[in-house]
Amino acid sequence: MEAAAPLLEVEGLEVEFRTRQGVARVLDGIELSLEPGRTLGIVGESGCGKSITALSIMRLVPVPPGRIGAGAVRLKGEDLLQASEKRMREVRGKDISMIFQEPMTSLNPVYSIGDQIAETVRLHEGLSRRDSLDRAIEMLKAVHIPAAERRVREFPHQMSGGMRQRVMIAMALACQPSVLIADEPTTALDVTVQAQVFDLLKELQEKTGTAIILISHDMGAIAEMADRVMVMYAGRIVEEAATDEILESPRHPYTRGLIACVPHMEEEPPPERGALTEIPGVVPALTDLGSGCSFAPRCDHATDLCRSRAPQPFAVDADHRAACWLYGEAGTA
Amino acid sequence: MLLLAVVVFNFILLSLVPGDIADTLAGESGGASQEVMDDIRRTYGLDRPFHIQLATYVGKVVQGDLGTSYYFNMPVTELILGRVAPTLLLVVTALVLAILIGTLFGVIASRRPNGLFSHFVTVLALVGFAAPVFWTAFLLIVLFVAMLEIMPLSGLVDPTTPRGTFSWYLDVLHHLFLPVLSLSSIYLASYSRLARASMMDVLGSDYIRTARAKGLGETSVTYKHALRNAVIPVITIAGLQFSHIFSGAVVVETVFTWPGLGTLAFESILRGDTPTIMGILFFSAMIVIVVNLLTDLTYRLVDPRIRSARNA
Ligand SMILES: Nc1ncnc2c1ncn2[C@@H]1O[C@H](COP(=O)(O)OP(=O)(O)O)[C@@H](O)[C@H]1O
Ligand code: SF4
Ligand SMILES: [Mg+2]
Repeated sequence: MEAAAPLLEVEGLEVEFRTRQGVARVLDGIELSLEPGRTLGIVGESGCGKSITALSIMRLVPVPPGRIGAGAVRLKGEDLLQASEKRMREVRGKDISMIFQEPMTSLNPVYSIGDQIAETVRLHEGLSRRDSLDRAIEMLKAVHIPAAERRVREFPHQMSGGMRQRVMIAMALACQPSVLIADEPTTALDVTVQAQVFDLLKELQEKTGTAIILISHDMGAIAEMADRVMVMYAGRIVEEAATDEILESPRHPYTRGLIACVPHMEEEPPPERGALTEIPGVVPALTDLGSGCSFAPRCDHATDLCRSRAPQPFAVDADHRAACWLYGEAGTA
Repeated sequence: MLLLAVVVFNFILLSLVPGDIADTLAGESGGASQEVMDDIRRTYGLDRPFHIQLATYVGKVVQGDLGTSYYFNMPVTELILGRVAPTLLLVVTALVLAILIGTLFGVIASRRPNGLFSHFVTVLALVGFAAPVFWTAFLLIVLFVAMLEIMPLSGLVDPTTPRGTFSWYLDVLHHLFLPVLSLSSIYLASYSRLARASMMDVLGSDYIRTARAKGLGETSVTYKHALRNAVIPVITIAGLQFSHIFSGAVVVETVFTWPGLGTLAFESILRGDTPTIMGILFFSAMIVIVVNLLTDLTYRLVDPRIRSARNA
């Protein structure tokens, strides 16, 4: 498993947003690498840049006010940030697909779900109307929607949130993409439906070998699904390691806070899973991040060094990095 | 039921207007004796008690008889039917143009919310809201008739053109141009503003992001995914404003002596031709109801949520 070539690689990604308060550095030095068939979890509090990371990979960051300042997003070696818009339209929905947090509003209310799935297939595979509708029915069956032949003609408002998210998954996987980005796919759903959606994603991943980037603010969800975890804070990666490793020995004080917030991960899902607000303090404004560690105001271990210089990612173990002065010294790394 | 209420209301309202047909006729012939006046009133049934008059009128209307015009001395129904076509031509053309061009303007403006065209639409909407119909009409007359001399001033068609020929139709279109432009300009302005706002709203929604994530180009995103959602408020407003545009037609028809219901209504009021006025009011109410039904049908075509809500 170790030597599989990366399917998707992100290097030194920087994204800025121009806001009324000034320029916000929303992403700073994001690195990630995803292997075929694996699942990478991205976790962090709301506003830390998870969605913008996903949208940058799809090159769907709204420009303006946003701007991808630097970096590379390589899909099988091809840098998507340098690709033409036309090429990106081929990539979106075919090589990389995305599902979103809000199943209630992510489908177009005036078209039937069959039309919406078929549209993707027609666009990327040039199938006829008839054949693409057949594919839509096939996909609805694959995501376990009962009476697919009938429901393919229904409209989004006739379905529940969980059903709509299944439709989104069916649509995203209709062209067998190599990467699926799931941005908080279950946050808007209730707990039993959450579990069903995760089971479905796992099942489909086993069948198709699609690599998944699963974004969540819920460490419990990530623990269930991901092979590797990337923890984000204020637009940066603060810790990264294999899931088991992170859960067993989290190093960064922020990650420790996150894990402490998930009381009993192995037991029945508690009614309110892992809300991260239990770490005291708030995420700093991205427009005036100082030169120090952005977690310092909330960190029990903060020193003068922390407040004056931002730590770079230090290797704490083989294949485990943490951006925290507790694990390195100025001048090393 | 609603129509019946309209009929009764109109009847009561018009009976409150001082003076009647006898006064008008007497005025036109330069005075008449009391006997002649009484005679006229008897002929038209005006000597009978008010509630009998009302009941008689309502009874006739129910049977499709709108009475006889005092002035033309012919059945009001026939009179109205002869004038409907020019009015519908004017109103429907103006409305359709306003919706189509207004929506198109709005869509184009929404794609560059800070662009020149977007500012143009904002200014257009402002002017359109502020300018009364007759002012626009006179402005157009000054420009196209007086200065450029490329448009006819009034009427439906040049009377010397042989009826029903191709050049007759062309001539009607030529005459239609200025009235339609005057009438549609206000609505065009307000629909483009509405469509622009509605499009910008829709373009920021989650399902548009989904459409882009599928790999669709901006043309599909705008004209397939966004537009169909964005026209829903335009249809709503257009449906609600139909009676408004209908009353605007009275002004435009009068300015351009367009031989439609508006001109007839205006002249009938001057002539005190009560049966004709009531007939036109009744007829207009009917048209407004029909248009509401049509709006409803259009809704069902565009918005599946309404389709199933009404079927349920
Ligand atoms: N359109 C936008 N304009 C300005 N700032 C934005 C915009 N979209 C996102 N941001 C900022 O980017 C940061 C990261 O947002 P996001 O990636 O959505 O966070 P999350 O981790 O919750 O998904 C937030 O601080 C947010 O304020
Ligand atoms: S660098 Fe310092 S302030 Fe930042 S997390 Fe580590 S110990 Fe806390
Ligand atoms: Mg998000």
